[in-house]
Amino acid sequence: MTALHELSVAELSQALRTRTVSSVEVASAFLSRIEQHGPGLNAFISILREAALAEAERADARLRAGEAGALIGIPIVHKDIFCTRGEKTTCGSRMLANFVSPYDATVVQRLRAAGVVMLGKTNMDEFAMGSSNETSYFGPVRNPWDLQRVPGGSSGGSAAAVAARLSPAATATDTGGSIRQPAALCGVTGLKPTYGRVSRFGMIAFASSLDQGGLITRSAEDSALLLAAMAGFDERDSTSVELPVPDYAATLEQPLTGLKIGLLKEFFDNGLDVGNAQRIRDALEVLREQGATLREVSLPNLPLSVPTYYVVAPAECSSNLARFDGVRYGYRCENPRDLLDLYQRSRGEGFGPEVKRRIMTGTYVLSAGYYDAYYLKAQRVRALISADFERAFHEVDVVIGPTTPTPAFELGAKTADPVTMYLNDIYTIGANLAGLPAISVPCGLVQGLPVGLQIIGPHFSEPRLFNVAHCYQRETDWHRRAPPGYV
Amino acid sequence: MSLKNQDIDKIARLARLALTESEVPAYVDSLSRILALVGELERADTSQVQPMAHPLPGQRQRLRADEVTASDSHELYQRNAPQVEAGLYLVPRVIE
Repeated sequence: MTALHELSVAELSQALRTRTVSSVEVASAFLSRIEQHGPGLNAFISILREAALAEAERADARLRAGEAGALIGIPIVHKDIFCTRGEKTTCGSRMLANFVSPYDATVVQRLRAAGVVMLGKTNMDEFAMGSSNETSYFGPVRNPWDLQRVPGGSSGGSAAAVAARLSPAATATDTGGSIRQPAALCGVTGLKPTYGRVSRFGMIAFASSLDQGGLITRSAEDSALLLAAMAGFDERDSTSVELPVPDYAATLEQPLTGLKIGLLKEFFDNGLDVGNAQRIRDALEVLREQGATLREVSLPNLPLSVPTYYVVAPAECSSNLARFDGVRYGYRCENPRDLLDLYQRSRGEGFGPEVKRRIMTGTYVLSAGYYDAYYLKAQRVRALISADFERAFHEVDVVIGPTTPTPAFELGAKTADPVTMYLNDIYTIGANLAGLPAISVPCGLVQGLPVGLQIIGPHFSEPRLFNVAHCYQRETDWHRRAPPGYV
Repeated sequence: MSLKNQDIDKIARLARLALTESEVPAYVDSLSRILALVGELERADTSQVQPMAHPLPGQRQRLRADEVTASDSHELYQRNAPQVEAGLYLVPRVIE
């Protein structure tokens, strides 16, 4: 029999419902792998063995009682940005190193209700600000394909854990590429849903007009099964959308005949590694063989997405992170002289260098005399980028390109200059600015390192994205390949 | 756009962030680079464009009835507070 850690969510679901295996056995198998491989990768901030086994027992009781839910007894790991009742929720920061959440995020609550078993909380860039997982207060995560390389970020722990088969699935969040970029660099499937599709309640805020919760899994099929349980209207999130959640699994197998794919001209620029470009062209050929047609589309304002993002995101971050004041929760400095000293030192000592950099950038662009020149200007360019996508979707059903310019880079390679690091997100940020859903699927290796194919669709086109990604994965096996050493 | 030490001091003060002296030069350098990057936005002609604050067009803020829906959980919430006494958050003396 195939080892449990090699099974997909769909296969585990089948095995659990036919009682071939129990939820406790599944959870134990993955917990052992987490304890064996987790520390070497530094993928976890908390491992929740006892709580997980108790949840697994409850799942087994539900299965014994004949409950039909497809996700009962399926293990998952949560990015440590999602609040989990009674457990530490650190957001990768010293500021929240001892914070125990009094409530569950809606995402966590819904998955719990569906019978999903939480095994642990994954490492991440501090407050999700980073593209390499090197800004975590708890140290960098390592890429299971090469331990000297970064897993990407900010959801680096979630991506590394799924790639190394320490969990069949992980939750993650994406503000400028934080699901898709680490998924691409670790050889797994990463879905960023449409803005408003998944509740942001209990998901610690970074940039609220861009933040969106999603999933890292091995396959699009697994992502579809889990999104169905996570998505949907939540009155506790003021930007949650009141639309029914489709049956994502039902449309996975739809034929691609007649699918119009737009090739994003601006993505195939000088910055794209030739190896990555070749893998993307190979993948497009696979889709064309299934009846899809290709044409080039141009989004002329897309090259401005990085500068736009680095005004909008820091501005929202500086506002959101003002809540950390050393008074109500979080880190407090020793012996404050007065209230101002308490605020300033608690924040100065509690936040790491990248978070402070973004708070200061945001403070600057919002300050008197600069607001129009930076913030309003960026919001106008954001409208131009969004309109570019809208025009493209009049001509094509989805647009496709690379997820990242290169495969995973070495630890420390881009920490000296933040702008070099920021430019790594050049292909992912556009979807966040326009609020569009996007998925990254593994499409090959370049010098032994994974490369991701990115598919972006119109608002609420998740069924189409899953369909295209699934049809690609039916014909290829890149998503089945485990990093050597984690087979 | 090139910043100076005094600019960083001012921004840090506005953001309520205490920086050590050794941190300042690195922020002078990196914030100057970031502002050079975002300076590229000037290239775009936005004279006819409305600013976009929300990624989904037509979304409105929902309102709910003005009714009490939450219960008092201050004891639970204050377990995360650095210093609490008699249900109150303690801070250094503000008024002499």
